[in-house]
Amino acid sequence: MSVATQPQPCTAPTTQPAELNGAEVLVRALIRQGTDLIFAYPGGCTMPLHQALTYHRDEIRTILPRHEQGGAFAAQGIARTTGQVGVCMGTSGPGATNLVTAIADAKMDSIPLVAITGQVPTTVIGTDAFQETPIIEICRAITKHHYLVTDPKEIPRIVKEAFYIANTGRPGPVLIDVPKNVQLTKFAEEPDLDPPMNLPGYHPEVRKPHPNQIRQILAAIKESKKPIFYIGGGIIQSDAAEEFTKFAKKTNIPVAMTVMGLGAFPGDDPQSLHMLGMHGTVYSNYAINEADLLLAFGVRFDDRVTGKLTEFAKHGKIVHVDIDPSEVNKNKKAHLPVVANIKDVLQGLNALVADEDVPEISAWWKQINEWRDKYPLKYKDAGDFILPQYAIDQLWQMTKERDTYITVGVGQHQMFAAQFYKFNKPRTWLSSSGLGTMGFGLPAAMGVQAQHPNSLVVDIDGDGSILMNVQEFATLKCENLPVKILLLNNQHLGMVMQWEDRFHDGNRAHTYLGPVDHPEAVGQGAGGHYEETYPNFVQIARGFGMEAQQVRSKKEFPKALEAMLNSDQPYLLDVICPYQEHVLPMIPSGHTVKDIIVE
Amino acid sequence: MKHVLSAIVMNQPGVLAHISGMLASRAFNIESLAVGETEDPKFSRMTFVVSGDDKTVVQVRKQLEKIITVVKVADYQNQDIVERDLMLLKVSTDNTSRTEVLELVQIFRGKVVDVGHSHVMMEISGTESKLNSFIDLMRPFGILELVRTGRIALSRQSSLSVDQALQPPEPYEYVEETAEVG
Repeated sequence: MSVATQPQPCTAPTTQPAELNGAEVLVRALIRQGTDLIFAYPGGCTMPLHQALTYHRDEIRTILPRHEQGGAFAAQGIARTTGQVGVCMGTSGPGATNLVTAIADAKMDSIPLVAITGQVPTTVIGTDAFQETPIIEICRAITKHHYLVTDPKEIPRIVKEAFYIANTGRPGPVLIDVPKNVQLTKFAEEPDLDPPMNLPGYHPEVRKPHPNQIRQILAAIKESKKPIFYIGGGIIQSDAAEEFTKFAKKTNIPVAMTVMGLGAFPGDDPQSLHMLGMHGTVYSNYAINEADLLLAFGVRFDDRVTGKLTEFAKHGKIVHVDIDPSEVNKNKKAHLPVVANIKDVLQGLNALVADEDVPEISAWWKQINEWRDKYPLKYKDAGDFILPQYAIDQLWQMTKERDTYITVGVGQHQMFAAQFYKFNKPRTWLSSSGLGTMGFGLPAAMGVQAQHPNSLVVDIDGDGSILMNVQEFATLKCENLPVKILLLNNQHLGMVMQWEDRFHDGNRAHTYLGPVDHPEAVGQGAGGHYEETYPNFVQIARGFGMEAQQVRSKKEFPKALEAMLNSDQPYLLDVICPYQEHVLPMIPSGHTVKDIIVE
Repeated sequence: MKHVLSAIVMNQPGVLAHISGMLASRAFNIESLAVGETEDPKFSRMTFVVSGDDKTVVQVRKQLEKIITVVKVADYQNQDIVERDLMLLKVSTDNTSRTEVLELVQIFRGKVVDVGHSHVMMEISGTESKLNSFIDLMRPFGILELVRTGRIALSRQSSLSVDQALQPPEPYEYVEETAEVG
């Protein structure tokens, strides 16, 4: 990672020589691990750490988010785009509990994250002291590992282990809880910042695919008539997109991706069947259903992908490669399970694959292309209204040649983005996919922009999601992070509304985001939008010092979008969209491909 | 089907809480759990009795192994093991029933550890079924209090010593699984 070059607001006066205490040692240990950017919100129990950070501002940039959750998602933004460990920090008590959602999110999506929390002094732990919360107890089930530091001398080892655990094997979040007296303990001598680790039960690096397994996979491919790749986040986490693309090209087997896997294979390549699962394409779901060989690489058979488990891919032989042994045979029994890093497996496959291993599947492709022609991803022409799908399609057209990162919140806009933005490169698409955390998009974008100051970072967001971390507008402005926000504003919680329309006779149950005295609140609206939408996002953004515009007409949209993309400032484009749009296709939860809804 | 799992874990605060929390949050059904230090005080051994089908037990084992402080887990299924449960039992007695109780204790190779005017306390160890039949025999006299340690077990053949647990796993450790499923 390179230090983000941002104008330092003021030249700080020469800092006093750093006192060698626990906090200083912890900051040095972070730097030693390669951290040059941290999102940290101070409080009573992290003040020593923040003081230490100021002494190292040349080596590590500290960004103040406006909420700890925002800081943790921003750290995820770094981790998801670089594969390096993202680092965030909050104080004890509420500072720590505010990190919880983002930590759980990192666990679900296997994101390497180190979260540091202040803790009350060890002498008062357990006494219900001011701002005391047992954050380790709270986070046990949602971290890969966690540490309560009781001996300052252990800080270098713990930091080293935390980074190692977070970013090896199946990545995940690690929590380090540091009591204030540990931070303040003086060191008599310079500590060794690279001490030996003590992890006798953790051996992530030894799981290599056996050569026989590689041969078995190739044999299964050779025999198959209707093979398909079902690939996910594992390919991206292990930086194996290149190896995968090479192998996929060699074998010409169709590629279906999970929402976490988008970008692992070029989205605009004809060999891509795009996304599968609940809101995946009809043709990818049909193909999975008919396949005689399912090559499940770096995936976990999530319920949003499989629908009804017993019916999923039941005609096919399943090859399942995953680095986490507990994922293999967890939801779906694999005929050929391989516990290994997918990158090693793909390198093995690429080294061994011969021309005669390539299956003869032209009939299969003919069938798939028929499905694709019959059920393409599409949206209708809505006159001068701006459909969310159209807005995303336009964004794709205008940004595909640029170095672009896309983040999203959660809901309809997230699925529309997954469907209509074509991701050609890994690590350019950031979505809270497992936990589904509304409010993810804006702070994640903020982290991406801080890490990649010269790239275009667009948060495609919804009017529900954006409000969940809207305070980060301040961070964008004050830290000079020119994130672009394409706000698809339909005045509703669109995804829940869609389920209400489909499964609850359209009964609106707290899914309208305007005043409750509007008829829309009970589903009795006239179908359009008010002259003044609520809230006034343009005013809000401007109040934070951002640039902002609202656009309602399709004719005016391209120009409005262009203006945003050309701005060098943080910018919000409030796009008013009809609320009648549904994300289609859709396989209702727990159902099968036979129940797919296309209209 | 009941399985006995034996785990070597790091002897640190919070490890038991982590493991029991994981078992609860994944809705695994644990019949008993016994914990104690091993030959090396840096490590503890936990013995679990898990009920469930094979798939469930495999998941329990894998989820346990995922916990960083868990060094190694062995499933004693189909292994020749010695298993024991230790019980303390306080039974109500009077002058007429005491002799009979003491006789039964002897038959079961138990030990009387405390005698009062109206009760006898004994310790008895053995397999679960032995302890259960002893409890049944004591019921008519009136069981006042009872406590059991939960099952502990060691395998006769393949041992899971701390030294062995600390050996790094073989690179192709998971290959056998492939063969199993075929």
